[in-house]
Formats: sequence, structure tokens, C-alpha cells
Amino acid sequence: MKTVGIILVTAIACILPFLLPGNFYLGIATQILVYGLFAVSVNTLAGYGGMVSLGHAGFLGIAAYAYAVTSGTYGFSPWIAVGAALVIGTAAAAVFGLIALRTSGLSFLMITLALGQIVWGVAFRYTDLTNGDNGISLGRASVISADPLTLYYVCLAVLALVMVLLAAFIRSPLGAAIKGVRDQPRRMSTLGYNTWAIRYVAYLVSGFVATVSGILYVQIFQFISPHALSLTVSSEAVLMVIAGGIGTLFGPLLGAGVVVLLKNVASAYTDRWPTLLGCIFLFIIIAMPEGLLPGSKRILAGMIGSFRKGAAPSASLQPTSRAR
Amino acid sequence: MFWITGLFNSLAFAAVLFLLAAGFSLIFGLMRVANLTHGAFFMLGGYLATSAIGAGFWIAIVAAGAGCALLGGLVQHLLVQRLAGRELAQVLGTLGLSFIVADQCLLIWSGDPIPLAAPAFLQGAARLGMFAFPLYRLFLIVVAALVAIALWLVVERTTLGAKIRAAVDDREMARATGIPVSRLFTVVFCLGSALAGIGGALAAPVLSVYPGLDTEMLPLALLVVILGGIGSLAGALIGSVLIGIIYTFGQILLPDLSYVILFLPMVIVLAVRPEGLLGRQAA
Repeated sequence: MKTVGIILVTAIACILPFLLPGNFYLGIATQILVYGLFAVSVNTLAGYGGMVSLGHAGFLGIAAYAYAVTSGTYGFSPWIAVGAALVIGTAAAAVFGLIALRTSGLSFLMITLALGQIVWGVAFRYTDLTNGDNGISLGRASVISADPLTLYYVCLAVLALVMVLLAAFIRSPLGAAIKGVRDQPRRMSTLGYNTWAIRYVAYLVSGFVATVSGILYVQIFQFISPHALSLTVSSEAVLMVIAGGIGTLFGPLLGAGVVVLLKNVASAYTDRWPTLLGCIFLFIIIAMPEGLLPGSKRILAGMIGSFRKGAAPSASLQPTSRAR
Repeated sequence: MFWITGLFNSLAFAAVLFLLAAGFSLIFGLMRVANLTHGAFFMLGGYLATSAIGAGFWIAIVAAGAGCALLGGLVQHLLVQRLAGRELAQVLGTLGLSFIVADQCLLIWSGDPIPLAAPAFLQGAARLGMFAFPLYRLFLIVVAALVAIALWLVVERTTLGAKIRAAVDDREMARATGIPVSRLFTVVFCLGSALAGIGGALAAPVLSVYPGLDTEMLPLALLVVILGGIGSLAGALIGSVLIGIIYTFGQILLPDLSYVILFLPMVIVLAVRPEGLLGRQAA
């Protein structure tokens, strides 16, 4: 059943460009793929590792800037720039992980937020390197391809590859250990596992995937500015993860689809995206903390149930116990 | 000369940071809630003050504090309390709220920076030999020091403080002895939010108020709290001075990299004491 679903979605994704009416919609579809990959990176850490990062846009930004500076400012070929961005982005994750993993829980979240904002500040202030608030624009020659259709398939292929590798990784003993450290850190530690090293690996994998999404980001927009590194972008990714269902393989992709579509639809009517984003945050957290799909199912089931039983309030409508 | 002036300016900035971080640390330390709306309250306080300045400087400050206290109380009552026990949901809820507050500020007060004039008696500078210290910054340092002392007295020396500490140590037992825990937490939330609003209002004559002030100040406050130790008032004081000095001198000496050197104290402190300089060992 699940396999059928995956094959079906993959098939639709493959023929999607020919179903869409124009390049504008194709662009949005490509954005969903890139933000989806970014959300997957956040989910790797938050969902499987139990560590919610509010600074992941920093990695997306570092990779995108590394690419833009190598390829645009210094004029190296795109493939060398891809290599440089992969190395620099992953190295940044290696360093940040050392700092952030000194703590856990809410302190971890606060440190990642601060780290992300420091990267934002550097992008904003270090104008010699980053051109400050104006950002860096890349010419057609500086990216792998400027053709929307090619870009769509490149992003789709990269996303599919990462998903397959991640699925294998999560099922591997190491992936099981990551989940074990999330649920029972003390037991894992008692069993002789090096919980710090396991968390660090999760952080590195997550940072690497975010780096890849940053490289794709700069390909499709041909532009990078500090806005791409802002707290809003990091938070959007967290929203995609919780909206789609935290700790599920494909949930973040669904979440990315919903958020990117909403953002594009909303931008046609209003400038108040941050307000809307905040409202969606509150709605999901209060009404459907387990994600859109299970949440809708539960509420629908609750409504049907109460319809059948009369007006008796269904216990399942309470998201979680409030007894604590 | 350069060092003395720089140090003085650092302390003035540290005073603002302390007002911001103390409120955050208070809420976090007592309730284990990382209130990410705090930066937005700081900015809102500044905006409220610029709108109320017509009624006088002191009234503007009070208005900023009262406005943020009211909003903080609502946040605690309508959101945080509802999500009791779900730490992550509380953080993300306040984060979502901070976007709404910041965006509504942009809608109401537009995107241009709004300056705030210091009151007449605080304009000018105090002369001490060859040095000139702007009076307003001196005033900021004094206010922060007074607030630090007052907070310490409230938490350590009053019945209210004793009740709060009891509620923190053992919520159930405090409830059983008749302490209204939920109402206490609302009081703490109001107080912390008021501090953020007052901080933003007092900082406005120096920093002015502009969109993005919230996300610029929030990480600095987080750094202060992480460095000093979460929930520790004295830690927030030390952290503020540390970050104030590093940030101010960084901007003068290495303007391009003033953000990067913020890594430095964080790396060193976290390497040696992950719980912060004066933080309690995690239970």
C-alpha cells in the first residue's frame, strides 16, 4: 500500500511539468522540491534526533553564499562551486554541532537560534564578501542550468536520491541508535552507546542535507541575500516539519508543499505573510500538533463519531493530556 | 581615551541587554518557558513609547511597560498555560506570535526607523576631566542597576518571591499549600514582558525603533542568558556586561565581523560550563 503510494507520487512528480500550465507554476513546483529538501534536513534532526533547530537557514545560507562567491565573484565553474559549497556548508555544520551539542532541549533550540542569527548578521554586515543587504545575483553562466524544466528535474533527482539514502540511513543500526538516543538517552548511555557522537552524526547529516538544499536554492533563484538566512526561513522549515508530521519520512515534503503554496497564494492578496505564518503556527500547534494528515483524520473521525453518538463530546478531540 | 569611552558605551548597551535578558531569564528560570515573543515585546515597547511620548517621557516608559505587561499576561493565559507541559509547543507558539506582533508593528508604525528624543534634563553630557559621558547613557546604567537590585529583592526577600520560588521547586506541593500557582506564573510573565517593553522604550533614544530590531536583539538576549546561566539574575548581569563589551568593541574595531566574535565567549563558556557561568547544574 505504502509502496504503491510512493510509486504513484514519484510518477506524478515525473510528469508534473507537462500537467502545469506554465513556467510560473513550474517554478513554484521546483520551490516546493527545494524547500521540501530543506524541511527534510530539519526533520532529520528534529524528528529522528529529537533536537529542534531554529537556525537551519544558516546552513542553507552558508552553502548558497559559498556557491555564489565561488562561482559568481571568483568565476569558477559551477561544478567546482558545488564542491566548495558542499565542503564549506558541511564544515560549518561540523563546527556549529560542536557548540550546539554542548546542550540539549530548550537550550539547544536557543543556541541554534543564536547561531543562525549570527550567520545572518555576518551575511548582512560583511559587505566585502556578501554585498550586504543587496545580496549576490548570479548570471546564467554561473549556475548549472537556467532552464526551468532542467532545474525541476535536477531538483527532483537530488531530492529523490537524498530521500532514498535517508530512508536507508534511518533504517540502519545507526539510524535506530539516533531514535534510541531521542527516546531514551540514559538507557542508551547505560548500554554503552556514545550518545554525544550519535547526536553529532545526526547533526552532521542534517547539516549536509541543508547544504545541498542551499546549493539548489541558489540555482533556482540565481540570487542570495540575507533574507534567505532569516529566522523566518528557519521557522518556516520547522512549520513544514510539524505541519507534515514530525519524524515521518515524507511529512516534511507535504508540509513544504502546503506552506510554499499558501505563501504564493497569500502573496497575491496581501503583504502580511508573517502574520499569516504566525497564525498557521498557532493553529497547527493548538489544533493539530501531530500534523495535518493525522490531525484532520482525528478531527473528522471525532466529528463523525459525535454525530453518531449525539452531541457527547469526544475525548479524542483533546490533542494531548493537559493533566501535567 | 578610546578605551574609556568604549567601555562606557559598552556598559550602556549592557544595561539595555540586561533589561531585555532579565525578563527572559526570569520567565525561563521560573516557568521553563522560552518566550520567543520577548524580542517582539522589546520592539513593541519602543514603538509604544514613540507614540506616547507626547504625554511626556516617563508616561511613555510606563505606557510601554504596561502595554507589554498586558499583552504578556494574555499570552500566558491564552497560549502558554493552555500548552502546559509541552515545552516545544510553547516555544513554537510564542515564536509564531512574535511574527504576528512584529508584522502588526510594521503595519502600524511603517518601515521607517522612528527616533525617540531623550528628555531635556538627560540631554547633554557629564564632564569628568577630559572625558564626556552622555547623560542619557549614564541614566540607562543607573536604571539597569536599580532594576537588578529591585528584582533581587523581590525574588529573594518578599513573600511573593518566596511563593514564586516555592512554585518553581515543586508545583504540586505549592498548589497543595494553597499558593495560586497559575496566577503567580501570570504575574511573572507580565513582569518579564514589562521589563522587555521598558527596555525597548528606554533603548529607543539610543538605538531608535525599526523593523527587525526584534530579531536583532533576541539572539543577543539568548546569548546573554546562555552565557550567564538560565534563570540566574546575577548571570544575566554578567552575561549582559560581557556581550555588551564584546559587541560594542567588535563594532568599532571589526565592523565587518562584529557578529562573528560573538561566537568567542559562547564557545569558551559552553566548552567549560555548558550550563552557563552561574547556571545551576541541569537536574
